[in-house]
Amino acid sequence: MTVTTPDVAAAGVPPRLRGRVMEFVHQQPLGTISFFIICMMMIAGVFAELVAPYDPLAIDFASILGPPSWQHWCGTDAYGRDICSRLIYGSRTALVIGFTSSFVGSSIGAILGIASAYFGGRIDSWIQRIMDVLLAFPIIVLALVVVAAFGKLLLGEIDLNLIVAIAIPIIPRVARVVRAAAMSVRVMPYVDAARAAGYSHARIIFRHMAPNVVAPYLIMLTAFIAQAILAEASLSFLGLGVQEPTAAWGLMLSGNASDFYRQAPWMILFPGVAISVAVYAFNLFGDSLRDFLDPRFKV
Amino acid sequence: METRRTALTKMAGALALGVGGLNLETMRANAQSPKKGGTLTYAISAETPHYDGHGSDTFATIHFASPFYSTLLKFDLANYPNVKPDLAESYTVSPDKLTYAFKLHRGVKFHDGTPCTSADVKATYDRLRNPPKGVVSTRKATFADIVSIETPDPLTIVFKLKAVNAAMIQHFGSPWNYIYSAKDLEKDPNWPKTHINGTGAFVFVEHVKGSHVAGKRNENYFKKGLPYMDGFKGVFMLQAATMLNAFQGGQVQAEFRSVSEPEKARLMQTMGDKVRIQESSWTLNLLVCFNVEKKPFDDVRVRRALVMAIDRWGGSQGLGKISTLRSVGGVLRPGYPLATPEAELVKLPGFSKDIAKSRAEAKKLLAEAGVPNLKFTLHNRTIAQPYTPAGVFLVDQWRQIGVTVENKQYETAPYLAGLNSGNYEVAIDFSNLFMDDPSLALSKYLSIDRSPDNRSRSKDPELDKLYDQSLRELDPKKRQALIQAFEKRLFEQAYQQPLLWWYRIVATHKTVMGWQMSPSHTLGQDLTEVWLNT
Repeated sequence: MTVTTPDVAAAGVPPRLRGRVMEFVHQQPLGTISFFIICMMMIAGVFAELVAPYDPLAIDFASILGPPSWQHWCGTDAYGRDICSRLIYGSRTALVIGFTSSFVGSSIGAILGIASAYFGGRIDSWIQRIMDVLLAFPIIVLALVVVAAFGKLLLGEIDLNLIVAIAIPIIPRVARVVRAAAMSVRVMPYVDAARAAGYSHARIIFRHMAPNVVAPYLIMLTAFIAQAILAEASLSFLGLGVQEPTAAWGLMLSGNASDFYRQAPWMILFPGVAISVAVYAFNLFGDSLRDFLDPRFKV
Repeated sequence: METRRTALTKMAGALALGVGGLNLETMRANAQSPKKGGTLTYAISAETPHYDGHGSDTFATIHFASPFYSTLLKFDLANYPNVKPDLAESYTVSPDKLTYAFKLHRGVKFHDGTPCTSADVKATYDRLRNPPKGVVSTRKATFADIVSIETPDPLTIVFKLKAVNAAMIQHFGSPWNYIYSAKDLEKDPNWPKTHINGTGAFVFVEHVKGSHVAGKRNENYFKKGLPYMDGFKGVFMLQAATMLNAFQGGQVQAEFRSVSEPEKARLMQTMGDKVRIQESSWTLNLLVCFNVEKKPFDDVRVRRALVMAIDRWGGSQGLGKISTLRSVGGVLRPGYPLATPEAELVKLPGFSKDIAKSRAEAKKLLAEAGVPNLKFTLHNRTIAQPYTPAGVFLVDQWRQIGVTVENKQYETAPYLAGLNSGNYEVAIDFSNLFMDDPSLALSKYLSIDRSPDNRSRSKDPELDKLYDQSLRELDPKKRQALIQAFEKRLFEQAYQQPLLWWYRIVATHKTVMGWQMSPSHTLGQDLTEVWLNT
């Protein structure tokens, strides 16, 4: 009897998906690099305890405002805390708040967009007018209003109201884009067929229409992660986001940093670079994903 | 022979002088002839939760409301801690020191035009010593010795004491004792919380919430020729960076609370000779305060473990470089003649210099109390200096004995509401003293039914007894021994304990004249003699 060993690697990734991934890598090199950076951030965030050289909360008054060195690659802050370790832990805050806000905002936006397109008429009109009102405010302004109105609701180190505050401005932006995509799906014969078969509205929306608007949804989701990270950093910088001593990039730019940035420019340099790189990576990845998934860009 | 009060006054004066309360440059500036006119714009780094000085202990109220009010006496800042008349024209103290009679200025009017008489002063002090239901008098314990208040005529008021109280005259100079109109209090005892009607040098113009308070010159002010300025505007600037930028840009000309060492350095570097810096040690400390009504903080072992985990001596070295926190001390300002000397202080729980041994004992105490992995929320204030550094420091200190703490910072109004209602587990509180005298400094730690300012909500008859004894003791050495016994009991029970004492650095534009530095940021804020050299 002959025993054949299956190709584990090939079995792990379905051939079609592997082909698509390779296609993405070839077509979108910048997107691939961005994805790599995002993965690095995720790994750093998830395994922060293993990756970070120091405890991000540990005060060391003997090392106050230390410049970058072999011991402290990014220097130390006004409490003598290791900036590199705080950046690594800060990626966790950025990703959790950035991803959760974007996911919640994009998902609600997508549901509203599809429902708006599907029902049409008065429902569509009402939803779109509400979206118009929300769209009138820039993301950071609306987030500021929500944070100021609802205060803080902490779950561990994460402020749930901060997530809601950042998610709300995302909703109308996603709803508008998804509605446009869903309008073209709505007139498809299979949707009419589903209606004629007597399927419920929920079933038609979630099982027949939603899968066909996944591409714009995913693109918006990734693009808004960048916006959400930036909003979280801005709110923390303004004192409305996470609080000391939690490691968060925006918070690292405010507080003591504003007192000491002349003496210790590394206190603002490295968090600033981290925010820029993360936002750039998510934006670039979102753009690449759009180019890759949208057939109109495939010339 | 020198009396105890004279001796202490001299010593405290020397203390104020020694820490830089006066400097030649300021004295020279103040010697110039004042100019009339102009509006002072200054920053206030917190917004007051209400306008009532009697029920407040935050500078946010003083820096907001003091220009609108008079007090019977006020502190003579050039001769701190002596007092001088304000609304009172003169006063006498009986030889047995049990009767204080004050003669009021003639023709004083409230801002609403009604005359101010001894009846108004009586109504004010009745409210302070025996507040009606629903009214908070933060320092009522300090007026407990007053047995009666008489008003023989509209310009005379006589206070009778049940026992000698060496610091009583200074309590009459308390900057919190705003004189209110009896008719306003009759209307509603809480009227001053939301309305302003004083006899001060400035008349209330507006309070725009989240923005500013404004006042204009009181044309009928009873001290002729005063105030010098046409008005003032106190702008709420909660972020230190905002305040510093506004100060550098000239949008505000002063911030009377304090800036930190690095902020001072920045202002001096960027503004050069356009800024005036005045410094002093400060009659203010941050406290670690445990709510004894909440478990497990009703257990003395838990409280003591938590205070023993704090390395105050190391913290003072580090935090002194980045914040307004500076000195290690007990319940009295370090350096004050009656304060516990360092050699004695290190023997008390929480003040040992052997922090490793202290923390080992703290861990043992937590294990014994059955909470080796304790978790709680630290109730803190959003004002960056020095609340944020203190919060960061405490979180780090407690982590070192396995305790997980979440630092939750609130704006002034919800922060105080949480503290006063007992809606917290552990808090960073403050002891904001307008003078050093132990009769005031110790009163915060009395049982809550005697001192509403005791945010730990503890009741300890032994502490109350020691306080009363120290109040009556006339021999300085015996009094110091009683104060040390009070401190020992307080720290062993660890209801609340000073973290670090502050250091005050006030920055003003050189154009701001007539303002005097003192060891308390609650003194000298009526702005009566401030003028602008523009």
